Amino acid sequence: MSMTFDDGSFIRNEMAPALPPPTQRIGAVAWMRENLFSGVLNTLLTVFGICLVALIVPPFVRFMFLDAVWTGENREACLGPQVGACWPFIQAKFGQLIYGFYPISERWRVDIVFASGALLLVPLMVLSWPFKRINAFLFFVAYPVVAFVLLTGGNINASAFLLERFGLIRGLVGDAQIAGVNLVFWVDYALTALLVMAAIGGLIAALGGSGRSAARTTFWVFLALGLLIFIWDVDVGLDYVETRQWGGLLVTLVIAVTGIVASLPLGILLALGRRSQMPVVRLLSVVFIEFWRGVPLITVLFFATYMLPLFLPQGTNPDALLRALVGVALFSAAYMAEVVRGGLQAIPKGQYEGAMAMGLTWSQMMRLIVLPQALTLVIPGIVNSFISLFKDTTLVLIVSIFDFLGQLRASFTDPNWATPVTLYTGFAFAGVVYFLFCFGMSRYSLFVERRLNTSHRH
Amino acid sequence: MSELHSTVSPEELPAVHTPPGREVAVDLVGVHKWYGEFHVLKDINLKVHRGERIVICGPSGSGKSTMIRCINRLEEHQQGSIVVDGIELTNDLKRIDEIRREVGMCFQHFNLFPHLTILENLTLAPIWVRKMPKKEADELAMHFLAKVKIPEQAHKYPGQLSGGQQQRVAIARALCMKPKIMLFDEPTSALDPEMVKEVLETMVSLAEEGMTMLCVTHEMGFARQVANRVIFMDAGQIIEMNEPEAFFSNPQHERTRLFLSQILH
Repeated sequence: MSMTFDDGSFIRNEMAPALPPPTQRIGAVAWMRENLFSGVLNTLLTVFGICLVALIVPPFVRFMFLDAVWTGENREACLGPQVGACWPFIQAKFGQLIYGFYPISERWRVDIVFASGALLLVPLMVLSWPFKRINAFLFFVAYPVVAFVLLTGGNINASAFLLERFGLIRGLVGDAQIAGVNLVFWVDYALTALLVMAAIGGLIAALGGSGRSAARTTFWVFLALGLLIFIWDVDVGLDYVETRQWGGLLVTLVIAVTGIVASLPLGILLALGRRSQMPVVRLLSVVFIEFWRGVPLITVLFFATYMLPLFLPQGTNPDALLRALVGVALFSAAYMAEVVRGGLQAIPKGQYEGAMAMGLTWSQMMRLIVLPQALTLVIPGIVNSFISLFKDTTLVLIVSIFDFLGQLRASFTDPNWATPVTLYTGFAFAGVVYFLFCFGMSRYSLFVERRLNTSHRH
Repeated sequence: MSELHSTVSPEELPAVHTPPGREVAVDLVGVHKWYGEFHVLKDINLKVHRGERIVICGPSGSGKSTMIRCINRLEEHQQGSIVVDGIELTNDLKRIDEIRREVGMCFQHFNLFPHLTILENLTLAPIWVRKMPKKEADELAMHFLAKVKIPEQAHKYPGQLSGGQQQRVAIARALCMKPKIMLFDEPTSALDPEMVKEVLETMVSLAEEGMTMLCVTHEMGFARQVANRVIFMDAGQIIEMNEPEAFFSNPQHERTRLFLSQILH
C-alpha cells in the first residue's frame, strides 16, 4: 500500500506561524483582569467600589489625620473652619474614658488588673505555648479573685452566712473580730457547712447512693467557697472603691470578660441539659433558655437594677454592677446554649456509639469526644455571640453604669471642650476602640478555627 | 463449593480450626425488642461459647445489627435476658460499663474520632477507662497498630487514612481494651472491594488467636473460613443456625435458600 496521499486534500508543508503567547497569567495586570474585570457585572461592581472608596476614604483620612488638631489645652485649639478631629479632647479625657471616676490615686490598681490580665491571657491564647493547665487555672480561677480584691479593695465585711440571719450565732460567740474578720460569720459558715454536708450525705445515702462521697464533695465545695470569701474578707489594707465609681473601659471590660467567661460554660451546661434524657433537666433548661431569649437585655437590666431590690428581703442589696453582671451573663448564656446545641446536633450518632462501646462514661464521652468536636464546629457562632456581647455591654448605660461609651457621652458635656467637632472626634475614637477589640476577636477565632481543623474531611 | 463467590475467595484466607470452649460468653434467652409498634427482635435465643466465632447474615432490616448492639447495650432489649461474661444486662449503669469494658465493637462506619490522632484514638479508652499510665497505653497502642500492620500511621488523623486502614485502626482500638468478646457490625460493607481483604485478614488473625467473635457480615468466604456457626436472620427471628459447611451446602429453610441464592451466584 502506498503511503502517499492523492485524494486531492490539502496538506500544509510549512510550519504554521506561532500564535501570540496566552494572555498573561501572572502579574498585576493579569490579576486585575481575573479578579476585577472578568465580566460586565464585575467591571461595574469594581467601578462602583472604586467610587465608594474615593467618596469615603479621603474625607476620613482628612478628618482623622490631615485636618486633625493634635495639641491644645482647651476648646480654643479646636475652633475654626476646616478643623478635623480634636485629639487633645481625647487626650484630656483619656483617664476618664479608661477608669471612669475611679479615684486617681488608686488607678494603679486598675493598671495592675489590666496588665496581669493581658499577661495571663496572651500565653493562654497562643496555642502552642506550654503550661496551659496552670495558665488556665491562673486566668480563670486565681485572676478573678485577685482582680476583685484589687478593684474593690476586698474586705467585704462578711457578717452573716445563713444561721446568723435567724440570730442564732451571735449569742454563742459574741462580737469577736480577728484581723478585721468577723468570727460570727465563720462559726456560722462552718456550722452551715456541717449541716448541709449531713443533709446531703443523708439524703443521697437514703436514696441508695454513696452518701460519704456526696458529703465529701459538699465539703470541698464549701472549702473552696470559704477560701474565696476569706480572701475577699481579709483586710489587705486597700481603700474601698465602690463600683459606682468604676467606669469607662474598665467597666466595659469587666462586664464583657465576665460575660464571656461565664456564658460559655453555662451555655454548654444548658445545651447539654436541653439534650438530656432526663425530662426534668430538659424542661428546666428549655424554660431557662426560652425565658432569657424571650426578654430583651434592656428589660433584664432594668429588672435587675430597679425591680429586683423590691423583691429581695430587707437589707440584702447586692451591688448594682454585680446585678448587671449576673443579668448579662445569664442572658448571653442562653444564647450561647443554642449555639452550642447546634454544634452538638452536628455530631454524628456514630461518635456517641463509638465512645459508649469503649466503656467511656457519659461525662468522659462529652468531655473527650463530643464537646471538643461540637465546639470546634461552632467557633464562628460562639465568637459571634462574644462580639455582640462586647458591644451590648454598653446598654448598662441605661441603668446608670457608665461604661466606655457612657463615659464618652458624659465627657461631651464638658463646656471646656465644647466645639463643633468634639462629638465626631469622640465617636470616631470609640469606633476605633470597639473595632480593635471586635476585629481582634474575629481574627483570633479564625486562627483557632484553622488550628483545630484536624479532621481533613474536605 | 465452587459457586461460592464473594469478594474474597476462600483460598486467600487461611482456615481457622480452633475449637471453641464450653464456657458460655454470651447468652441471650427469649429476647424481644420493639421500636414503637415495630417488633424488631422476636424471641431470640442464642448461646455463644468462649472462643466461638459466629457469623450472622440476613437481609437488611432483619434485626441482625440490632441483636448484636443489644449485647453491649447500644440498644435496649425490652423482654428476655442477656448475660454477657456472667453479668446480666439491666438498667444498672455500672454493669453496662462493666460489660462494655469487656466487649469490643467495630462499626460499619468505623466511628473513629476525627479530632484525635490514630494513637490518641487507641489510647483514649485504656487511659480513661482502664486508668493506664499514658506511656504504657502508648506502648500497648503501638503493639496493636503493628498487629494490624499500620504502625507508621500512628500520628496521622483518621481523615488522612483510607477506609481499610481506618477500619483496621478501629479494630486495633477495640483490642486495646483487651476485650473478651468482639462484635463486628458489617465491618466491610462501607469499604471499597480491594480494601475488604485487608480488613478480613485482620479479623481472621484475630479468630486464630481464639477471640470470641460475633460478626454481622455478608462475606460468605469469611464465614466459611472462620465461623463455627452461621446464623441466618429474617424479620427479627433466627431462622436457621448451623455449621458453615452444612449451612451453605444444605440450607434447611426455603427463606435461607432464597437468600443464599441471591448473594452467592
